[in-house]
Amino acid sequence: MAILINKETRMIVQGFTGKIGSFHAQDMINYGSNVVGGITPGKGGQTHLGRPVFNTVKESVEQAGAEASIIFVPPAFAADSIMEAADAGIKYCVAITDGIPTQDMMKVKQYLRKFPLEERMVLTGPNCAGTISPGKSMLGIMPGHIYKEGVVGIVGRSGTLGYEAADQLKELGIGISTSVGIGGDPINGSSHRDILEKFEQDDETKVVIMIGEIGGPQEVEAGVYFSQQMSKPLVAYIAGLTAPKGRRMGHAGAIISSVGEGAAEKVEMLLDLGVTIAPTPSAMGETVAKVLAKL
Amino acid sequence: MDIHEYQAKEILAGYGVKIAEGGLAYSPEDAVLRAREVGGNVWAVKAQIHSGARGKAGGVKICFTLDEVEAAAEAMLGKRMVTHQTGPAGKVCSRLYIEAGTDIAKELYFSFLVDRSHERIVMVGSAQGGMEIEDLAENNPDAIKKIYIDPAVGLLDFQAREMAFALGLDATQISHAVRLISGCYRAMRELDANMLEINPLVVTKGGELITLDAKMGFDDNALFRRQKIAELRDKTQEDPREMAAADRGLSYVGLDGDIGCMINGAGLAMATMDMIKLAGGEPANFLDVGGGASPERTEKAFRLVLADEGVKAMLVNIFAGINRCDWIAEGVVQAVRKIDMKIPLIVRLSGTNVEEGRKIIADSGLPIITATTLAEAAEKAVQARNEQVAKEGAA
Repeated sequence: MAILINKETRMIVQGFTGKIGSFHAQDMINYGSNVVGGITPGKGGQTHLGRPVFNTVKESVEQAGAEASIIFVPPAFAADSIMEAADAGIKYCVAITDGIPTQDMMKVKQYLRKFPLEERMVLTGPNCAGTISPGKSMLGIMPGHIYKEGVVGIVGRSGTLGYEAADQLKELGIGISTSVGIGGDPINGSSHRDILEKFEQDDETKVVIMIGEIGGPQEVEAGVYFSQQMSKPLVAYIAGLTAPKGRRMGHAGAIISSVGEGAAEKVEMLLDLGVTIAPTPSAMGETVAKVLAKL
Repeated sequence: MDIHEYQAKEILAGYGVKIAEGGLAYSPEDAVLRAREVGGNVWAVKAQIHSGARGKAGGVKICFTLDEVEAAAEAMLGKRMVTHQTGPAGKVCSRLYIEAGTDIAKELYFSFLVDRSHERIVMVGSAQGGMEIEDLAENNPDAIKKIYIDPAVGLLDFQAREMAFALGLDATQISHAVRLISGCYRAMRELDANMLEINPLVVTKGGELITLDAKMGFDDNALFRRQKIAELRDKTQEDPREMAAADRGLSYVGLDGDIGCMINGAGLAMATMDMIKLAGGEPANFLDVGGGASPERTEKAFRLVLADEGVKAMLVNIFAGINRCDWIAEGVVQAVRKIDMKIPLIVRLSGTNVEEGRKIIADSGLPIITATTLAEAAEKAVQARNEQVAKEGAA
């Protein structure tokens, strides 16, 4: 099953013919993703990487049956591209772009809310590595070969720390159902909790690991959801033990601005909610293995 | 990005917000001149540093004569002020704001902030101003009023009125308060601010509403479209290493420890620093070299980390995704050959082409300590740091 994307999912690339878009689109195609075309306004009708280019997302939905989209559009225009995808009826969108202004993201979130829930596009990111259902499909910029197919769901803010987790699991012979990057920005498309809800519904996923960091309330909100409504075990690691208050650690959202946003505080709250904590980043794999062994 | 109080006040005045009369001074002579221009017989001399709680650090002084103004200016200019917001290094004061004294009847708190869980701008107010909102939130949360703004329609007049009444203002002050609140909101939206705080907002004995202290912070991601705001950046208020890093497209935060770090990805960087701490060490910095760690970028990152003379060992942790480990290893070897490194270097590579990468490091003949896992890397870094400290102590 996996979540969000599967072998059949028909994907388009927004920002298709640019350097970065081209590079990663080719990588996705090589992995086996069902890329049905891409969008570059003004280049509609051309062919790129053996796939059709469309002027608008709407055309790609009508003519190629596009269902999912990945965005490589520069920060100044990315919010508009996300809303274009939502309006065209795309079901799932990954925004890779780093540097989208916060107020643009507020507008995007408000725009998405105007659609009834069953028609609303799911957005993950921005500022993320994307989503992969190993062995099936990849809508992202990650190195596909480090992910083994299996039963663990990963949701995390950081790209490379997510790779680290996948790698540790692979070393232990453990595979992944789907890995979802929700990105490092303060306002993002989907929260940890939103993704946990999807893993809870997925038959293939047996255990979930949440890789969080300092800043914002989303890890603890996910912990509350877990304690109240989730039947599957949840493992968590929170990065940023050494981060001083008020300093932004790379990600726009990785900043401790109020009480409860530090790593140690989040870990304490998650422990209280019954979440299994990976005590160090090098113990992510073994902690998941222990939880899996008990099932 | 943060700006100074006087800059925030200039911006707000442009949006119709009433501020106390004042002027900027770079020297004690300037300060006296400004005080004369402002007039009256009471002045506040305020240090312009990027921090709140300046009063406790000797950064705000009420003066009753021009001689006192001059003396206060003399004392503050060039002084490094340490508050709980500046970190132990403090911030140097090189500008002063000389402001007319205000007859304060009442101090209020007012701000606009980005609320992450509601994904909206929130307006926060309290009739108990002057103290920090975090202390107020802890001691008397009921005294705080929060109103969320719908991004589709913006701030509505009734919301501004609701806030004005919550601040305990009387009927004659409401329309003035609504103008002030609307002005602040427009500044927040139109300039891509992520915080705007007036603390205190004062009611004078004459019943007037005046902005006594103002703070604004801006969304770094939006500076590309706010050129005028970007120009307000005061580099003297920022860590020079962080500025240098930003100019080279690297994300760097200086810390107090002595193990230098170079890592790709913000999350992995924080995690590696956690491992150093858990292994008994302290990281000297956060440094994310990003996805494309080219040899040039790697060299720049090395130079940046080593510019901190307190660094006793350096740890490189790269998870190569789209990049390949062999390519990164080449970059590290090149950088080490170019730079005369006097401290131990620990390298941990993982991901694509890891075997080839490790071979390049091993074959280089350089005294590079290698590690396979994150835990091993951190332990070796702490051990190497301890040996280096012992060696330096002996010498």
